Amino acid sequence: MEFVEKARIMDSMRINRALARLASEIVEDNHGAGHLYLVGIQRRGVPLANRLADKIADLEGERPPVGILDITLYRDDLSTVGANPIINRTDLPVDVEGKNVLLIDDVLYTGRTIRAALDQLIDFGRPRRVQLAVLVDRGKEHRELPIQADFVGKSVPTKKSEIIKVMLSDIDGDEGVAIVERPQTEGS
Amino acid sequence: MKTGLAHQHLLGIRGLSAKEITHILDTAESFREISEREIKKVPALRGRTIINLFFEPSTRTRTSFEIAGKRLSADVINVSSSSSSVSKGETLLDTARNLEAMAPDLIVIRHPSAGTPHQLARICRASIVNAGDGAHEHPTQALLDALTIRQHKSRIEGLRVAILGDILHSRVARSNAHLLTTLGANVAVAGPGTLAPPEFAALVQRGGGELRVEQRIEDALTGADVVMVLRIQRERQDAAFFPSLREYAVHYGLNLKRLSLAAPDAIVMHPGPMNRGIEIASDVADGARSLILDQVSNGIAVRMAVLYLLAGGTGTAATPPSSSSTAQSVPEDDTLKNARGYERVHGS
Repeated sequence: MEFVEKARIMDSMRINRALARLASEIVEDNHGAGHLYLVGIQRRGVPLANRLADKIADLEGERPPVGILDITLYRDDLSTVGANPIINRTDLPVDVEGKNVLLIDDVLYTGRTIRAALDQLIDFGRPRRVQLAVLVDRGKEHRELPIQADFVGKSVPTKKSEIIKVMLSDIDGDEGVAIVERPQTEGS
Repeated sequence: MKTGLAHQHLLGIRGLSAKEITHILDTAESFREISEREIKKVPALRGRTIINLFFEPSTRTRTSFEIAGKRLSADVINVSSSSSSVSKGETLLDTARNLEAMAPDLIVIRHPSAGTPHQLARICRASIVNAGDGAHEHPTQALLDALTIRQHKSRIEGLRVAILGDILHSRVARSNAHLLTTLGANVAVAGPGTLAPPEFAALVQRGGGELRVEQRIEDALTGADVVMVLRIQRERQDAAFFPSLREYAVHYGLNLKRLSLAAPDAIVMHPGPMNRGIEIASDVADGARSLILDQVSNGIAVRMAVLYLLAGGTGTAATPPSSSSTAQSVPEDDTLKNARGYERVHGS
């Protein structure tokens, strides 16, 4: 299946600047890094969480702990995702109890991933507070659940036929954010 | 990585490709962590019904399947032959049709006759999992053994594996021989001549690895990386396959002296239940190289993976096996969103 790239909306420098701004907003909002616990959603939320933790460490001299959630087993569409989803690792090295948990993902679209992440997180304990940071917000009109991000790297109004493709060097080699679209041909 | 299990049922290891086996093991590896959580439960199979239909006594396997189903939030019902209509004379097919009418999603079956799960698969819409059929196959045992080996040796290909004991009656030996040779291990089986017939080699699917039958267990043990000891099935010993249990222990039991023939870092496994002092000496079973309890923990992870992949792969479980891997056309590139609004597509 071919996808056509319509526009590059972020390059590596812009991603880096957005993360730097997010880091200071997060620290300001949480009055420091004391109770912060960054939790990246597999897969691209994980490198983003680590980069944010590094930037917070630069600001505060203290690196918040970083955890990983894989939401596959909490999805609401098991019977329709196709055979055999790949399950990645879930790893919360520090107890979530009493922490200011910051969920981190690359793109906020329908909100269903975040719903699954919240359900899973709460199965691990009772955080003091949960916030959400995303690199790209596709816009509120796409939301299928009452979920909004507290920290947004870039808001990108999109059409439903468009797809946001986030590439991070840790996973994809390349680095950048692009809008791509599936060509309108028969059978798609 | 992104190959599907193009099967509605798990009836045996025979017929699974190396890729499919590896996919089940990789999935099981991710499930291990769930059993270490404080709340050992994920909602993946919420609303699905699993019937454990056991026509042979079993503690480990039945409990393991039950826990696996429950940790995935499925509703698990246990039916055993002693407490069911089977003891009132109902035929297997009638039992199956009646259970089928209650619309389960998966049926896990253990039966003393080979081929029973296959028979059920022909008449049931539910996915069938073989939990041991006669002397034929016990696929989840072989998968959990492979997972255990992989964790300790970080590979299967090229390993030397000795399987010792009652090869003739052992579904564990058959499933393991299929699996290990398919993944490229070299397997040597050995036991008393009456219980380890040379013809065994011809029964087995062979991929990259070789399979040989040795007359002396010392020959199978020499240099082995993995030693699997099978249970002497006393309940199947009406015919005189060997003179006495004591004699078996002396000539074929795994003791420390025999184990010293294996590689210095060899691991020891046993599918349970053990006959201590017969096929395995206590100091071997409880020794540092014994992974017998790891096998039990891994059994839950493997069964969770199997239940999840069978229930998740085909949805209603009514999809014919051939179409389950092609029914969905999802993008290969997992950076893209799927139609359901998730931020990534995990499978294809």
